[in-house]
Amino acid sequence: MSDIINFASNLIRNTFSKKATANNSLKDIFKFNGGVHPAEHKAESTTHPISKLMMPEKLILPLRQHVGHMPKVKVQVGDYVLKGQMLAEPEGSVSAAIHAPTSGTITAISEQVIPHPSGLPDMCINLVPDNKDQWTALQPVDWRNTDKKTLVDALRASGIVGLGGATFPTHIKLRSNGKSNVHTLVINAAECEPYITCDDMLMRERADEILKGIEIVQSLLGAEKCIVGIEDNKPVAAGIMTKALAASSTIAVKIVPTLYPSGDARRLIHLLLGTEIPNDKRSTDVGIQVFNVATVLAIYRYFEFGEPSISRIVTMTGNVAVPQNFEVLFGTPLHALVAAAGGAKTNTTHFIMGGPMMGFDLPNDLVPITKAANCIIAATPDLFAAPPPAMPCIRCARCADACPVNLQPQELYWFAKSDNFEKARDYNLFDCIECGCCTYVCPSDIPLVQYYRYAKSEIIAVDKAKEAADLARERNDFRLARIEREKLERAQKHAERAQATKSEVKSAEIKPVDDVKEVIAESIKNEEAPASTDKQAAIAAAIARAKAQKLAAANTSDISAEKVTVLPTAPETKTPETKITEAKTPETEAAELKAKLAKQALIAAAIERAKAQKLAAAQAGDAPKNIENVSATVQAEINATDALREKAKLAVEAQVSKSKESD
Amino acid sequence: MNRSPYITDAPTVSTIMFKVLLALVPGIAAYVWIYGGGILVSLTLATLTALTAEAVLLKIRQRPVKPYLMDMSAVVTAWLLALALPPLAPWWLVIVGTFFAIVIAKQLYGGLGYNPFNPAMVGYAALLISFPLIMTKWPAPLLLAEHPLSFMDQLHFIFSHSLPGDIKVDAITSATPLDYLKTQLMLKHEVSSITQAPIFGAFGAKGGELVTGAYLLGGLYLLQQRIISWHLPTVFLASLATISLAFYAIEPNHFANPLFHLMSGASMLCAFFIITDPVSGPTTPRGKVYFAAGVGVLTYLIRVYGGYPDGVAFAVLLMNMCVPLIDALTQPRVFGHK
Repeated sequence: MSDIINFASNLIRNTFSKKATANNSLKDIFKFNGGVHPAEHKAESTTHPISKLMMPEKLILPLRQHVGHMPKVKVQVGDYVLKGQMLAEPEGSVSAAIHAPTSGTITAISEQVIPHPSGLPDMCINLVPDNKDQWTALQPVDWRNTDKKTLVDALRASGIVGLGGATFPTHIKLRSNGKSNVHTLVINAAECEPYITCDDMLMRERADEILKGIEIVQSLLGAEKCIVGIEDNKPVAAGIMTKALAASSTIAVKIVPTLYPSGDARRLIHLLLGTEIPNDKRSTDVGIQVFNVATVLAIYRYFEFGEPSISRIVTMTGNVAVPQNFEVLFGTPLHALVAAAGGAKTNTTHFIMGGPMMGFDLPNDLVPITKAANCIIAATPDLFAAPPPAMPCIRCARCADACPVNLQPQELYWFAKSDNFEKARDYNLFDCIECGCCTYVCPSDIPLVQYYRYAKSEIIAVDKAKEAADLARERNDFRLARIEREKLERAQKHAERAQATKSEVKSAEIKPVDDVKEVIAESIKNEEAPASTDKQAAIAAAIARAKAQKLAAANTSDISAEKVTVLPTAPETKTPETKITEAKTPETEAAELKAKLAKQALIAAAIERAKAQKLAAAQAGDAPKNIENVSATVQAEINATDALREKAKLAVEAQVSKSKESD
Repeated sequence: MNRSPYITDAPTVSTIMFKVLLALVPGIAAYVWIYGGGILVSLTLATLTALTAEAVLLKIRQRPVKPYLMDMSAVVTAWLLALALPPLAPWWLVIVGTFFAIVIAKQLYGGLGYNPFNPAMVGYAALLISFPLIMTKWPAPLLLAEHPLSFMDQLHFIFSHSLPGDIKVDAITSATPLDYLKTQLMLKHEVSSITQAPIFGAFGAKGGELVTGAYLLGGLYLLQQRIISWHLPTVFLASLATISLAFYAIEPNHFANPLFHLMSGASMLCAFFIITDPVSGPTTPRGKVYFAAGVGVLTYLIRVYGGYPDGVAFAVLLMNMCVPLIDALTQPRVFGHK
């Protein structure tokens, strides 16, 4: 229903949007709640054009510069590689390639410190440039005359990831999921975080290439419309972009008011289109896809010139002599970038990667520039004062007023602080985008975002443990069911054989009962049962054989098979009389048991399928929720059959005791 | 390490509390003009008691004393309580009330941020229940007084409860208009004739309504400074006005008009300074509306049908009790949720 409404509202909006975008008015903006206005500090780094660095002495290329799986290394230490040559190929669907940013020799493939909030080392390839900067044979694609699927598949080898900072492999975002049609492409050029100006400078200098990139992405997605969202604190870039895009009838520049975090994809979509992406859906589910402005440019360069992703624009700002933007080869050590910006001033304490709202401390200036590095800030205590000790929350709700997701940060803080994680989840902790607005406005200087990060990681850890336990239990249940089934089959076979050889076997009509009864007799190990008839002799023989077999089986591997045989409990065997009246006919019992066997086979198949799916999902890097549901269904089925099995056993016991009485 | 955001832009708790105190200054000035300088003695006594009690309790609770004293929240509680008490309240009354507010209502619950009830109102309610006679005797405004007391006389009275010469205590005190109205109505008098009494002014109490107006002025400053949100005062005043108007419309001879209720007693102090206490109030916008509406209705009902002259304190405390429920039931819709 909501989809229809969204579609309808989009349709109406589309009809009017041309007029609105033509005059670039702010009236056509759909504001979201909250947001903050931090001091921008953008002017410092926009006075110089984008510059290039001297070739550094060594490049350190982390294998994981993107969201998803680590790519597979294709080179060895000592190999000579050319610029643009693929060093590691994507593995699994969510993965990105790593290319040599210049020509040179691979000197090491080892764990090194990477720019990551965790501060943990990760696998990196070291490349010592030969300063020839010699390209490998590049393979441009005639993107105008190639079918979409081929182009998207080709992108997989480009190494291009979202350059806004999310670093999600780009080819995944362009892959048609078959369900929805993307009608609107949103180009994120809001760049709402203070200090960062890399997209601003990129738009000022390379608007024409961006336009071509947009055209490629638009055609790949089949999006009839494209909106470029730019904050009104970038009038120069907005002017250049508007001019560059003026010729296009489907692409429009839309100016949004400067307000952090307008650059968050969901916030930007709301600002530009008025569409609120449901929390449990992706933007593509409602026909909207978002690309960063630098990413579309990288896509253009890959198709037009065959250049893979080997560099990006980085804002080097803060406490350096000449703050400005650089085109930096991936793997360039931070100190080389700092030196290019005239060096850090003496009172610099450390470096921050990203903006001051969502960035993180870098461990040192040896870490490499990666695909995620949009901005490096040289920090001093003057720029970023250490927060004073936190005071208690006075529930002033300024954080709630500032929250762009409309959460109640003061409640989430309370729950996170008291480890009340269930409640935190109920209050939609996982909708938090960690933008930092709440901490920014907190009079008590409480590090709220840290509390949310902590609560999220705790909840995820607990969920993972629970998932592992569920999987283990499922496996065990399946194994027990399998053992039980094999046992039943074995016993049935033996009983049949025994009956075939015995001449005094009873008439055929009670045969099914015998089969079942023998099984039960074996599993119960009812040693007190009076042994007087032929039937009992047959049972004894069957038991003996089964035991021998079990011993053999135990010798090979199955030790816990013993446990299965003692499943039925003692009280059930002691009061068979009470069940007599409820007992069903032997035929029904046998039929039920057979049905049960068939069902178990089905369950087994279902479990296998679920497992396979789960495995595939795990490999793909994301676990769709319906897998959980599948395993839950399987679990329910197992429980149901367990109940059925118990019932059948009771009924058969009743039959056994009845026949005993008649004897 | 990820410790972003690195930048903040927020007033500190001390700044917020300081601005609240600043916003009370016009009210205090009007108070001094109408009732004399005695209130300054009460304010000083309350402030000293609050800071001492807070410091001792923080020490006992092994909390850092200085940062918590510097947050000024104890001073705000002290001032609000002192302003709610009768102008010439004896010194021990001020001290007992403030002590109760800080120690029992605030620190024993865990200090700043943890008290479920408005400390000043708890202190006021404790005094009202324990010493009803003193709490309901208000001195007449200086301009109405038979024997206007000098500041030294007031000081003397506060500390020794004795008056110069042959002046009797009863001669300088009287019931408040709210109280007087209620007792006279019980004697079957009509509102129009009751309000002819000299203690009534144009809207509320003669002289007292000026203080009330000054509180309104301070409240507007807090709104302008974004220290308080508009929801609470607006809805409270609207709620009080609506319910009094409804009663007044039905029987104007038996119920006072809405303006009288808005300008009498602690209405304005409540609207801008008492229900706006963030700690004991709700946090959601909708919750604030329900809370303020509840306080307005309860204040009116207690004033008209209750046993106490003013209903603000008990109305606020009753609604404080409902805050967890109100907050839980008024969670705003999260972005992207239905």
